[in-house]
Parts: sequence; structure tokens; C-alpha cells
Amino acid sequence: MKPEPVLRLVGVTKEYGEEVVTRVLHDIDLTLEQGEFAALIGPSGSGKSTLLNIIGLLDRPTSGQVLLQGQDTRGLDEDALARLRARTLGFIFQFHHLMPAFTALENVMMPALAERGWPDERMRTRALELLAQVGLKERAGAYPRQMSGGQQQRVAIARALTMSPALVLADEPTGNLDTGTSAQVFELLRHINREQRMTFLIVTHDPRLAQQCDRIIEVVDGRIVSDRREPRRSG
Amino acid sequence: MPFELFVALRFLREGRAQTALIFAGASVGVAVIIFLSALIDGLQASLVDKTLGSQAHILLRAPDEAARPLVSSPDALVQVVRPAQRLRTIDQWQQVLRLMERTPGVTAVSPSVSGAGLASRGTASRSIVVRGVEPERFERIIDVPSKLVAGQWRLLGAEAVIGQKLARELGVVVGDTLRVTTADGRADSFLVTGLFDLGTQEVNERWVLVPLRSGQTLLDLVGGVTTLELRVTDLFGAQALAERLSQRTGLVAESWMTLNAQLLVALQSQSSSRYMIQFFVIIAVALGIASVLVVSVVQKSREIGILKAMGTTTPQVMRVFLIQGAVVGLVGSLLGGLMGAGLARFFASLATNPDGSPTFPIQLDAKLFLTASAVAIVTGLLSAVAPARRASGLDPAVVIREA
Ligand SMILES: Nc1ncnc2c1ncn2[C@@H]1O[C@H](COP(=O)(O)OP(=O)(O)OP(=O)(O)O)[C@@H](O)[C@H]1O
Ligand SMILES: [Mg+2]
Repeated sequence: MKPEPVLRLVGVTKEYGEEVVTRVLHDIDLTLEQGEFAALIGPSGSGKSTLLNIIGLLDRPTSGQVLLQGQDTRGLDEDALARLRARTLGFIFQFHHLMPAFTALENVMMPALAERGWPDERMRTRALELLAQVGLKERAGAYPRQMSGGQQQRVAIARALTMSPALVLADEPTGNLDTGTSAQVFELLRHINREQRMTFLIVTHDPRLAQQCDRIIEVVDGRIVSDRREPRRSG
Repeated sequence: MPFELFVALRFLREGRAQTALIFAGASVGVAVIIFLSALIDGLQASLVDKTLGSQAHILLRAPDEAARPLVSSPDALVQVVRPAQRLRTIDQWQQVLRLMERTPGVTAVSPSVSGAGLASRGTASRSIVVRGVEPERFERIIDVPSKLVAGQWRLLGAEAVIGQKLARELGVVVGDTLRVTTADGRADSFLVTGLFDLGTQEVNERWVLVPLRSGQTLLDLVGGVTTLELRVTDLFGAQALAERLSQRTGLVAESWMTLNAQLLVALQSQSSSRYMIQFFVIIAVALGIASVLVVSVVQKSREIGILKAMGTTTPQVMRVFLIQGAVVGLVGSLLGGLMGAGLARFFASLATNPDGSPTFPIQLDAKLFLTASAVAIVTGLLSAVAPARRASGLDPAVVIREA
């Protein structure tokens, strides 16, 4: 039996505005299988972030279905969506979005803490492991303002992985970093994907980075205009 | 530490200046409430104390004799005759006394006879009130022993304790003899054993306290008493109790509250102005807390968006901000309690009476602090409601997009 795809979009449409309706996404169908490492590319304003937010359950489609691991998300209320988000999705944003009042370790623990309510030793151990994985074990006690942009983004990656999500959504995760750092961060994501067979969907403007993904989905004017799978390169 | 408290405390810590501002605001508010209450409670307590220093809480006496029409013959003029001004005694007062002692809320009962008289020594004489009392019962109604300025509190046989002013006017000192004559000519001599200052001019210049038995003889009321004086636990419930006692006994019962109606009005208007001030202080503090928290919600909207994107639920976000409000209230009540108590003490020490007691007495008790803390915490919580709703209503997608 074939396992459920991590993500399935069926006829997803998104419109904004009440009187002047602008259709930002047109009838999108998309499936991501477990372990895929996919890039989402397209010109500015084409609807990439909108699509990512809908997949991330941060926004609802005007019509169409979003299924996460086979579960239909229509009809779930805000808090049910929040819980589903916590358990199955990880987010990495362009501007890292760490919480300045908390240390790197606390930031990484935060999703687990929010989900379980009380801190425990397992949470700490897991957060430290993740920090080690992104090469920041020594910086566990540092506050975001004490770290470089690349370090902050790596903490954000560790945070996205805390709940062992089925799908990690990254919106221009390297958009704010210089070329060298950008390549390192991308390598880290690639590494985690290979090691843990975790599924990634990454919005990027950088064609060289996109070339290194297994699959490239291109959106123009709210429509998927191409969806190519690259032959898997050996890691 | 639970998630919400952890995040709330960090948010407060992160807000440094703002947090300091609302902590200060809440503290000052609590301090004002404590200070004002301490001062007004103290003032009222001392006013009541002074008034009740020479008064029983409730007085029971026989009803006035009804004026009765006197008809001599069918066609004669109807004459209304008022009985002569005569002291009336309470029927079976021992039984009434025992009944009073068993009444819940009554802590002491003292029988006494009182009547007008004249006190003289040598050529000097003054009109007085002779009060025959049982000293060990009477002192539980009016604390004469602690208010003696000379001699001792002793009424054995033909001994009397009199007001300081009367003693001065008659030139009497402890150990002298005083002659007391009543309206119908009975007279007796008493050895003055003590002088008191009960704080009231009228009492200090007129009261002559003698043993109950001597009083009864002098006033020609052997075996009888004219009043039963009561002390009660609930000072401000005295009037209600008096009314019930009056119904049960058929006697006239007057509470200190009716006898001092003006004082009561003054106390009430003091209390209402104090509640008014406190109300506005609370409103001002609440608005301050709320506006600072709203600003912090705006400043932290990105972080709130991230928390929600990570799966934090709406009630959790609500609680993060409600807790901040409660913490502000708690810190305010601790700091404000200290400030208020300090301020009240300082104020009381500023002006003192010649005897060393403060001119503005203050009254600080645990109940006041507990009430103020509860008010502060509830105020903090309530003022956080609007900011909390605002925070929990933030749409993470919008917040993250606008970063
Ligand atoms: N809340 C909104 N209300 C109205 N229009 C919106 C809203 N959010 C996005 N849009 C519009 O939807 C379109 C797609 O926006 P989106 O942010 O998804 O583009 P994008 O592909 O992520 O662009 P970029 O590469 O610049 O990040 C844009 O035309 C944008 O103006
Ligand atoms: Mg975008």
C-alpha cells in the first residue's frame, strides 16, 4: 500500500478583496511525497507566499482542499488548525523570526513547550541535540541579538524541526543572507532532508539553489506553469 | 513554569521601561489606596473611640410613662396630666440582664442607676450626675481604669471616682471627701479614690461614679436600676440589635448610632469620598496598564504571529497577556503595600499630640493589604483583557507577511 502523500492540494483557489476581487491562486493541484526536497519558484507577486501560507494552515483557501498526511483540513476551527500545525508543520521564514526575549535554546524549545504546557528534560535534550545538529551547541544560551544572521537562521531551522514535522515550509530561508552563508544554510536543509527523510518545500529566488533541489515547481500569476523532477544527484 | 507564565514574564522583562512604568503606576495606585484607607480608617476609629470612650454601645431603659387622660366626671374637662419627672426603674432587671448576657453579639452588660445631684466640698458646689455602678461590670463598658489620671479604680462602700474637671473645680484631690446631695434631699459623703479623663468635657465635669448600692440609696431606688448598658461585637450593627432588643424586652433601647447621628453622617460622607477617590485611582491605573499592554501587543505582534504559526492556540496567547496584567497587579500590590504603609507611618509621625499619640492616627491591618492586593490583581487582569483579545486575534499570516 502506497503511503499517504505528505501534502495534497486539490483545486486550491485564493481570492482577495470583497468588492474588487483579485484571484491570486488559480485552481492549484499539487502533491508532495514523503522525503521530497522541492523548490517553489516564480516572479515576485506570483503567489508563492500565499500558497505557502495556505499549505501552512496560516491562511484558508477560497475554495479547494488542503490535505496533510491524508487529513482534510476543511472544517477545522482555529485551535484545531493550530494544533495540527504544531504537530505536522515546521516553518522557516526569511527573517528568521526568532523571539528576541528568549535564548537560542528557549527559542528551539518553544514549539514543544507551547504544545505540552510545561518544560521537561526531554524537551531540553532534544533542543540541545538540534542545536548541535545545526552547529550551534555552544551558543545555546545566547540571545538572538548576540548572534549573526546566519546563526540566527540556523536556530530558526532547529526550531522548525523541534516537533519532528512531516513537512517543513521555508519562505526564502536564505533571502536575507550573503552568498556564502546562504549556501551553508541550504546545505544544512539538504542534509537534514537526506538524513531524516523529512519533506521540504522551499520558496527561493535563487536559481542556483533551486537547481540543487529534487523538484522545481514554478508559479506564474497564481498558476503552476512547470513542475520538473531533477534526477537525484548523489549526496 | 508553565508556558504562558514563562512567556509572560519574559515579555515583561523585555519591555523594561514600559514594564517599569506600569509597575510604578500600579504601585502608586495601591500605595494611595492603602494610605488613604489607613488614614481614614484611623481617623474614623479614633473618632468612634473617642465617642464611645464614655458611652455604651446600647442603652436600655424603661419606657417613659404614657401621658394618660384623667377624667374626673362625665362632663368635666378632660385633663391631660404628665407624670412628674421621676426616675423609672427597669422591671425585673436581673432577669433582663441575664437575658442580655445570653444574647449573641452582646459582650458585656452593666446595670446602673443615674440621677441628678449636687456635689459639694466646703463652700464650692457643682451640679452633677450621680451614677451608681458595679465597677467590674462597668469597666467592661467604659474603660475607666485605663483612663484614670490619678488614684485608682476602686468603689468599695462609700467611695467615689469622679471626673478630673469636676475635681479641679471643687478643689478635690484623691483622698478627699465629697458630699453628694440629690434632688429630694438625700445626702451622703464619699471618699474620692480616683480621677478620670474620659475625653468628653461634659462627662469630666459632671460624672460621679459610686457603688450601685450607694447610688440606689441616694436616688431612692433601692434594689432598682435605671439603665442597662451594653457592649456589642458589631459596632455598626448596634442600631439593628437595639431595635431587636427593644422588641423583645419592651424597654427603650438606644444605640450609640442614634445618639450620635451627626457623627455617623460624617463617617459616612468620609467613607463615600474615600471610595470615590479609590474608584478613580483604580480607573486611572487600569487605563495606564491597558494602554501600555496594548502598545506592547503592537510591538510584539510579530512574535505573537510566530507563536501562533508554531501552533500556540488563541487561549494560550490570551493567557500570556492576562498573566502579564496579573503580574503587574501583584508586583503593584507588593511595592505599593510597602510604599503605602511607609507613607502612612511617616505621615502619622509628622504631627503628634502632647501625649505622644499621633494627631492623625492611622490604622493598618492585614485585611487592608489583602483587599488592596485583591483589587490590584483583579484590576491588572481586567485591564489586560482588551490587550489580550487583541493579541490573540492577530492573524499570523498577515503578521509574518508584514515583517
Ligand atoms: N492580504 C492580501 N490582500 C490582498 N492582496 C494580497 C494579500 N496578500 C497577497 N496579496 C496579493 O497576492 C499576490 C501574491 O502575493 P505573494 O506574497 O503570495 O507573492 P510572492 O510570490 O510571495 O511574491 P514575492 O516573491 O515578492 O514574495 C500579490 O499580488 C499580492 O499583492
Ligand atoms: Mg513571498
